[in-house]
Amino acid sequence: MENWSLFSLCVLLGLTSRWAVSFHSYSGAGKPPMFGDYEAQRHWQEVTYNLPVHEWYFNTTNNDLNYWGLDYPPLTAYHSLVCAYVAKLLNPEWVELHASRGYESHSHKLFMRATVLFTDILIYIPAVLLYCFYFCDGSSKQKVATALCILLYPGLILIDYGHFQYNSVSLGLALWGILGLGLGWDLFGSLAFTLALNYKQMELYHSLPFFCYLLGKCIKQGLTGRGFFQLAKISLTVLVTFALCWMPFLSDPKQPLQVLHRLFPFGRGLFEDKVANTWCSLNVLIKIKTLLSRETQLFLSFALTLLFILPSSLKLLSKPNLWQFKLALVNSSLAFFLFSFQVHEKSILLAALLMFFLFVFFHSMLPLLVKDGLLLPYVVTSLAFLFLSLYLLSHLTRTNEPLFWYFPFHFWFSLVAMAVLSFTSVWLEPPAKFPDLFPVLVSILSFLHFLGFIIYFNLVQLMEPQRKKSQKKTN
Amino acid sequence: MAAPMTNDQSWFYALALGVSFLKCLLINAYHSTDFEVHRNWLALTHSLPVSQWYYEATSEWTLDYPPLFAWFEYGLSHIACFFDKEMLVVPNLNYASPATVLFQRLSVIVADVVFFYAVKECCKCLREDKGKDLLGKPSFILTGLLLWNFGLLIVDHIHFQYNGFLFGVLLLSIARHCQNRHFEGAFLFSVLLNLKHIYLYIAPAYGIYLLRCFCFTQNSSDQIMQPLFIDKSRSSLFIKGQLPQVLSRLFPFKRGLCHAYWAPNIWALYNIADKAFSILGVKFRLLDINKLPKASMTGGLVQEFQHSVLPSVSPLATLVCTLLSILPALFKIWHRPNGARGFLRCLVICALGSFMFGWHVHEKAILMAILPLSLLAVDSRKDAGIFLMLSVTGHYSLFPLLFTTQELPIKIFLMLLFTIFSLASLKTLFRKGGALLNPLEVTYLLGLIPLELICEFVYPLTVWQKTFPFLPLMLTSVYCALGVTYAFIRLYNSLLTCSDTTKKTKMQ
Repeated sequence: MENWSLFSLCVLLGLTSRWAVSFHSYSGAGKPPMFGDYEAQRHWQEVTYNLPVHEWYFNTTNNDLNYWGLDYPPLTAYHSLVCAYVAKLLNPEWVELHASRGYESHSHKLFMRATVLFTDILIYIPAVLLYCFYFCDGSSKQKVATALCILLYPGLILIDYGHFQYNSVSLGLALWGILGLGLGWDLFGSLAFTLALNYKQMELYHSLPFFCYLLGKCIKQGLTGRGFFQLAKISLTVLVTFALCWMPFLSDPKQPLQVLHRLFPFGRGLFEDKVANTWCSLNVLIKIKTLLSRETQLFLSFALTLLFILPSSLKLLSKPNLWQFKLALVNSSLAFFLFSFQVHEKSILLAALLMFFLFVFFHSMLPLLVKDGLLLPYVVTSLAFLFLSLYLLSHLTRTNEPLFWYFPFHFWFSLVAMAVLSFTSVWLEPPAKFPDLFPVLVSILSFLHFLGFIIYFNLVQLMEPQRKKSQKKTN
Repeated sequence: MAAPMTNDQSWFYALALGVSFLKCLLINAYHSTDFEVHRNWLALTHSLPVSQWYYEATSEWTLDYPPLFAWFEYGLSHIACFFDKEMLVVPNLNYASPATVLFQRLSVIVADVVFFYAVKECCKCLREDKGKDLLGKPSFILTGLLLWNFGLLIVDHIHFQYNGFLFGVLLLSIARHCQNRHFEGAFLFSVLLNLKHIYLYIAPAYGIYLLRCFCFTQNSSDQIMQPLFIDKSRSSLFIKGQLPQVLSRLFPFKRGLCHAYWAPNIWALYNIADKAFSILGVKFRLLDINKLPKASMTGGLVQEFQHSVLPSVSPLATLVCTLLSILPALFKIWHRPNGARGFLRCLVICALGSFMFGWHVHEKAILMAILPLSLLAVDSRKDAGIFLMLSVTGHYSLFPLLFTTQELPIKIFLMLLFTIFSLASLKTLFRKGGALLNPLEVTYLLGLIPLELICEFVYPLTVWQKTFPFLPLMLTSVYCALGVTYAFIRLYNSLLTCSDTTKKTKMQ
């Protein structure tokens, strides 16, 4: 069968699973007074449509920041504004100032789900297709198989189409950035990544590798000649993009400061909820959240993040090629996830974009998904994804060994552990003394995996001679 | 493919498991009143004695399938108690708790195992080329066309029915005939008739083929066995003296020439012609508008009506038309059987003929022609072309079944998925010898795209939506009726002009 038909089949399968998942519940459905992320997105449409720009990030009588105040950069706000215009055309009640709080209806849900699908088709899916087409090695069948696996990755599907978010926009833009750099279009890549950064500040997790790669490349070209010129062009692109995105906020010096304050809420503490990072896991043994002062916590998290990210970045700076770049992206996002301040479960999606053992990450989101009533899609998509990736992997790699021996035993052990934990989380009642036992166990198990991954991938990046890429989909 | 050149069948299980996962994701999708129909049947078979099954009428959805299916529901009801006992209470009309939905959906998904087994058996009947790339193998393509069939997916797993299981029995019966295990084939068909009587449409094909090939050519013991099988199964229903009641439930002729949504058959074209003539007649003052009956046939209700200009059609007339349409095919296989492939072709023609001319035909019945035709499609170029025409048109005619906005993207994505797969894979299979579809056919199929845009996107926004709400349905039926009729004629053409039995047939 021709390539175009195989790729279209992958896309259609991806789209079908996305929309089928969207039939299920969303975050905060039917749970007043605060509801959830779905209501947050709807509220931002309300705020951006009805209020002038300079009030969006400020606490005013019309804009109560305690009720899902805007805490993403301006591009998200503009996106919400565009959606709000469409919403107003369909049904003005959806974005009525104050009156539309907690609005829930079947047609509104369809509208919101449709906005996610639209941006997915526009930004994320083309990026994935181009990436697989140009940057995966192997036969065309292997490229198609990679595209299928990436498109069917349950983590992104369930968070965007279940829980409700727009991660496909920021991840898609970041992927366009990676594509740009890979094709040698540095300016386009920088532009795309800057836009991603201005959509969700979580993309900072990937910013250091981008910076180091581009800087390293310019240095290699000679800082006195072409390299300097290139550096200037890139910096200019980035600065102009930032300026354009932040333009409405630059008139008054208070504005950008307030926006930054909303984006980086250092007042909120080291972590919220049960997240699979170091602080949450450490908190089980030592109550660091209460033991250490706010400033110490900040300093500690900053120092450790820097410590873990430095080796990878320096290596990339010295050897700016694409393979190093990809590894650095993985390491950097893992480091940020594990050690930084105020991390949410969804941040792990960034590292997931580039890793093979995505299943672990997905599993770590189990408590969140169960809370949202998304158990059925979780089970179905994770089983499907696991089965599909194992099946494709075993058939597309040239091995005659049975699948069982192909992976090290700890892989199977992890899978069994995760399955057991999923089962117990749902079917068993936790003991009265430890009501949060299962979410915490999930977090700790996932944390241990991530720690293992970051050590492993750091070792790979730092010790790697120029060997050929493995057949695994660690692209 | 890097897989070793052994008899590696794992791709079959991958396709089967993949489609099952998709079906699981659709558990929460829209379901039609057929869901309540089956819940009601679970309840009444569980709570009432056998003698009451065909008399029970608390719900409007009375038991109108043959007794074997009622026993099947009885069996299911014993598992249903573990999910939610309340669904088995007859007065609980429209009861649809999450556990009920889960149980019913899962029962369809699990019953599809029969279908999987049947498809596997059908693949064994195909000729395989050694050393061919997996995606170009006829068995892989056939598996894809059957397991991932768009019509089955949306009718069974969204609209809600048990067609997968029933078609599994049909395909298994066909496979047994191809494998020369004729007793099993005949037995399975009699089982099928006792599960759903709609398969009477294709009973003539079975009857003539079996009589011709086995009752009059072999020894007398076989001669006795075949008819006995068919009659015995039908009478072994342990329902004594209830036959009239059962028959009246199974064959409700009061229901009207066209089903609510106008299957794309001859009568759709006939109705449109009648309507057109009546409008023209009134315009040119040839008819008095007061003498015409009210335009009830454009309504969605299931009732009898009168035609205005053309003669009215009675159930007997449709029966005669149907028999006339399939008679030439039956004669042909009586005179020149042409083995299993000829039988299959005749079967498809019987199904399609009954669809075209039958009384109160539901558009889901098109699947009875499409699924067996898939078997022929992977074997010959001409059949592949006819299959593409029939399947795309037939599947599109099922769109009105899912009228909710939420299911709109799903049906479009799945339709595109199946269409692209069938087009691309059949094109690869028959790449030598030119295009499968001629330009006229391609234009017709492409015309479905603007039709869909008009019916589902543009029309609802116009003023006519209130006054003529059924116009899009009518347009869809009429447009598809053209395609289905064309496929019917081409099929007949290929049957009547096919080469004789002396040519080596691969499916014998």
